[in-house]
Amino acid sequence: MISSLTAEKLACARGDRKLFDGLSFRVRAGQALSVVGPNGAGKTSLLRLIAGFLTPVSGRIVVKTAGTESDDADERGKLIGWLGHHDGLKPQLTVLEQLKFYAQLYDRPLRPSGTSPVTTGEESSGALLERVGLARQAELPCRYLSAGQRRRLALARLVASNRSLWLLDEPFAALDTAGQALVAHLMAAHCGQGGIIIAATHDPLGLGNESLRL
Amino acid sequence: MSPFLTLLARDLKLAARSGGSAALALSFFALVATLVPLGVGADLHLLARVAGGILWVGAVLAALLSLDRLFQGDYEDGSLDVIALSPLPLELTALAKIAAHWLSTGLPLTLLSPLLALMFNLPGPAILTLFVSLLIGTPAVSAIGAIGASLTLSLKRGGLILPLIILPLVTPAVIFGAGAVSQTLDGMAAAGALQLLAAFSFAAVLLSPFAAAASVRLNLSN
Repeated sequence: MISSLTAEKLACARGDRKLFDGLSFRVRAGQALSVVGPNGAGKTSLLRLIAGFLTPVSGRIVVKTAGTESDDADERGKLIGWLGHHDGLKPQLTVLEQLKFYAQLYDRPLRPSGTSPVTTGEESSGALLERVGLARQAELPCRYLSAGQRRRLALARLVASNRSLWLLDEPFAALDTAGQALVAHLMAAHCGQGGIIIAATHDPLGLGNESLRL
Repeated sequence: MSPFLTLLARDLKLAARSGGSAALALSFFALVATLVPLGVGADLHLLARVAGGILWVGAVLAALLSLDRLFQGDYEDGSLDVIALSPLPLELTALAKIAAHWLSTGLPLTLLSPLLALMFNLPGPAILTLFVSLLIGTPAVSAIGAIGASLTLSLKRGGLILPLIILPLVTPAVIFGAGAVSQTLDGMAAAGALQLLAAFSFAAVLLSPFAAAASVRLNLSN
């Protein structure tokens, strides 16, 4: 379990353009951080930096877990639950297939619906789809989903991945009011379990959290 | 199911569903193999002589058709980011994709080749050599193709550059594969050429995932 994430004097450049410099912040277990700023300020780049897709020009990111400390991007990657701009769904796969694929890929296979839990806390695929409001669409190919429904499925995938450090890029995008409430609920639950959330967003997260302005 | 097999199974499912890249490659292969005898004419001796080369080149080009989407689809819809953060190392991700590509194109092409070889009046032993050479050699095409696909994954028209990257690199496979068929035709043992082909294919499958993974990492940082 993650106990804190610290950024020390991060600098990021895209091409010749410097996005930010000397950026430092700390997020502790159970906390959320919203990253705000105008378009092109580098919100997505910061998330990709934390995910290890980008390497900082200078500075480092340190993650503390149960007594150990590491600034290795690969180690950090194993803690990250990623919700990017794109939902990462295949039009040819059904909602259930898509969810099961990601759960198995993250080595957290979901229990088939209607069977009893083998270990506690193990959620069934049906219950998870129910939670994000896609229970009736389980057998529907993803190509027929609306943008909001795709986002809901991406959220289900995020929950199924069972990672402690959530990196969310515009988590409220394309969602209706109920969907936004769902995101807020999932985020609150994640923080409640001691997880960390870093979200790039234009809307307030509604978690009473700190925000970082780029 | 392990993450590796999960990804492999998904890619096979996608290949079978999306209008079938496997069916596309097979039709292309069959069409090329049908057109050549029509163009070359009914000289049975000549057809048997060129069969190995034509069918090998046809198979390579057919396999190329679906290669450009190997990583591109996942890159464009954001799946690749999620896959990259999964417990599966990118090297194994590349290997799973190579395996899925071979199972959905290379293997079906190999299985179809004896039938097409009949149109070229290829004698039985040479057909067997062709079949074995494709079975051994097509994994190299998928593996080397993965390097090209990973290099061009962020390019909109990557499919056009892909053959320019891949074709020079798969030349050894075509030379040894078609060479083995010629040797059998001439009544010689093809074992030497097939062994060289196997060595080439083995090295390609072993090393390509590392190159492809490095290139995917590079592209994800854009």
